[in-house]
Amino acid sequence: MFKYSFKRLLQSIGTLFIVITIVFLLMRLMPEEGYFGDGFEKLDEAQREAILANMGLRDPIHIQLKNFYKQIISGDLGTSIIYRPKVPVAEVLKTKVPYSVKFGLAAMAISLFCGISLGIIMALGKNKFWDKMGTGYIVFINAVPAAVYYLFLQLYVTDIFKLPILFNPSKPASWILPVVSMSLGSTASYAMWMRRYMVDELNKDYVKLARAKGLKNKSIMVKHVLRNAFVPMVQYLPSSLLYTIAGSIYIESLYSIPGMGGLLVDAIQRQDNPLVQSLVLIYSSIGIVGLFLGDILMASIDPRIKLEKKGGAR
Amino acid sequence: MSNTKIKKLSDGINKSLFEFASYNDSAAKRAGYSNYSYWRSTVQVFAKNKMALFFLILMMVLLTFTFIQPYLPNQNSPTKIHIDENTNMQLRNSSPDSKFWFGTNSIGQDLWARIWSGTRISLMIGFLVGLWEAFIGIIIGALWGYVRKLDRIITEIYNVIDNIPTTIILVLLTYIMRPSIGTLIFAMCMTGWLGMARFVRNQIVIIRDREYNLASRCLGTPTNRIITKNLLPYLVSVIMLRMALAIPAAIGSEVFLTYIGLGLPVSIPSLGNLINEGRAVMMVPSLRYQLIFPAIVLSLITISFYVIGNVFADAADPRNHV
Repeated sequence: MFKYSFKRLLQSIGTLFIVITIVFLLMRLMPEEGYFGDGFEKLDEAQREAILANMGLRDPIHIQLKNFYKQIISGDLGTSIIYRPKVPVAEVLKTKVPYSVKFGLAAMAISLFCGISLGIIMALGKNKFWDKMGTGYIVFINAVPAAVYYLFLQLYVTDIFKLPILFNPSKPASWILPVVSMSLGSTASYAMWMRRYMVDELNKDYVKLARAKGLKNKSIMVKHVLRNAFVPMVQYLPSSLLYTIAGSIYIESLYSIPGMGGLLVDAIQRQDNPLVQSLVLIYSSIGIVGLFLGDILMASIDPRIKLEKKGGAR
Repeated sequence: MSNTKIKKLSDGINKSLFEFASYNDSAAKRAGYSNYSYWRSTVQVFAKNKMALFFLILMMVLLTFTFIQPYLPNQNSPTKIHIDENTNMQLRNSSPDSKFWFGTNSIGQDLWARIWSGTRISLMIGFLVGLWEAFIGIIIGALWGYVRKLDRIITEIYNVIDNIPTTIILVLLTYIMRPSIGTLIFAMCMTGWLGMARFVRNQIVIIRDREYNLASRCLGTPTNRIITKNLLPYLVSVIMLRMALAIPAAIGSEVFLTYIGLGLPVSIPSLGNLINEGRAVMMVPSLRYQLIFPAIVLSLITISFYVIGNVFADAADPRNHV
C-alpha cells in the first residue's frame, strides 16, 4: 500500500512537471501584444523590445523555463497584466478561491447524496416509473450540452421560484441555483453507476441464498447489496471533481459568482496571459491531486485492486 | 450388463449394425447450419427498441432536411441582413411569422436559415471529430494493446493527459490558436482519442488471449480472419458508441467554448454562436424564441445521437444476440 502510494505520488509529481512545461511552452507561442496591456499601440518597437527584455522574454527558452520553475516553486504565479494591472496573480486569487471551493464542495456533496439516492431508488424499482424517469433524466443530462440546460435553468427556475438571477453574497437564496446546476452532471453519473452496480449485485447468487434463508428484503438490501455496491462507487469521486470543475467555469460566469471559474472566463476574454496561465495550471493541479487522492482512496478501500498491474486500465 | 452383451454376441452378430450409414449431405448441412448473421442480428436487436427506432427516424429526417434545406425554394441566406421595406431599417428581432418562420435576430438575419446552416456546421465538426477520434483511437489503442514494448510509454502519455480536466485542455488549446473550425476540431481531437484508445486497448488485451482465440490460432486461422471474425465484433459496439457520443460531445464543447469567447467567429453561424446570440437577449421575454429555437434543434440532435449510439452499442454486442 505504502509502496503504491509513493509510486502514484511520484507519478503525479511527474505529471504536474510535464503539464507546467507544456503550458509554459504553449503560452510562449501566443502573440506578444498580450504582455503590454492597454498601451500597446502607443509604444514604438524599441520600447516594446525593452519591456519584453525586462520581463525576461528575450532570454533563450531553456533559461526562461528554468526561471519559470523557480518562480512556481517559490509560489509566485506572476503578475496580472490586464484584468488588474500590476497586481500579483496570487493577490487576485485570494478573494476568489474561497467562493469556488465552497460552491464546488457544496455541489459535490449534493450530487453525491442525490445521485446515490436516485440510483438506489431506480435499482429497487427496476423498469418501473421512477426507473424510467431517472433514465430519462440521465439521458437528457448526458446528451444535451450542459451549456444549454444551465441557461434554461437560469431563465425559467428563477422565474418560477422567484430566485435571484445573479449571485449576491448577502442573499443565501442566490446560492441555491448555481449549486444545484453544478451538481446535475455528477448526480446523473452517480445515479447511473449506482443503479448498474445495485442491479449487478441483486442478480448474484448470494442474494438468492439470503432470500432462500428467509432474510427480510430490507436487511438484504442494507446489509449486503448496498455495501457491496458502494465500494466501486468510490472510483467516481475524482471524475465528479472533474465534472464540477468544468461546470464551475461556466456557472460561475453565468451567475457572476466572484470565483476562479468566472475569473478564467474574464481573463480569457481580456487576453490576460499570465492570469490564464496560472488558472490553467491551478485547475490542472486540482485535477491531478483529485485523481491521486481518488486512486489512493480506491486502493485503500478495495483490497481486490491489483496495485502493481494497474497501468492505464482506469 | 457385460454378460448380456456377450450372450448376444454369441447369438450372432446383427449385420445391419455394421453397414455403412448413408451420408446425407443436405441433412448434415442442416444440422451444422446456423443462419446467424452478425449484422442481421444487430439490426433485429436494435429494431426491438421502439424508442431507438423513433429517434433513428427523427434523426434521419433532421439530417436529410439539414442538408437539403439550402436547395429548397424560398430559402434565405443565413448571413443576409433583411431590410424592413417601410422604414428602410434593418428588420431587427422580428417575431416568428409566415415569412420568417423562426423570426429574425438582433441584426435582421433569418433565424430559420441560420439554425439549419449552424446545424450543418456543428454536425460537420461533430462528424470530423468522431471520425478522427475513431481513426487515431483505434490505431493507438491497437498498438497499445498488441505491442508490449509500447505499453509503458503510451500508458504514461495517457496518464499525463487524462490527469488534466478535458475542459482545461480545450480552453488552453483554443486560447492559444486562432479561432476557426480547424482549431476547434484539432482541440477536440487532442482530448477525444483518449477514451477510444483506452477502450480498444482494454478490449484487445482482454480478448486477445481468450481460449477461443487461442483455439483459432492453433487451428491455423489466418490473423486477418481472427481480427475480423473474433476481435472486431466485440470492438464494433464500443467504436460505434464512442463515435455516436463524440457528436453530441463536440456540439456541447462548441457551445461552451463559444460562450467563454473561444469559439467560432460570429460570421460563421454555428449552434454555439446561435445559442450565445440567444443568451444575449434572453432576459426580454418576447425575444426568448432566439434562444429556444436553436436549443430545441440542438437538443433533438444530441439526444437522438446519444440514444441511437447507446442502443446500437447494445445491439452490436454479440453477447446480446440470441
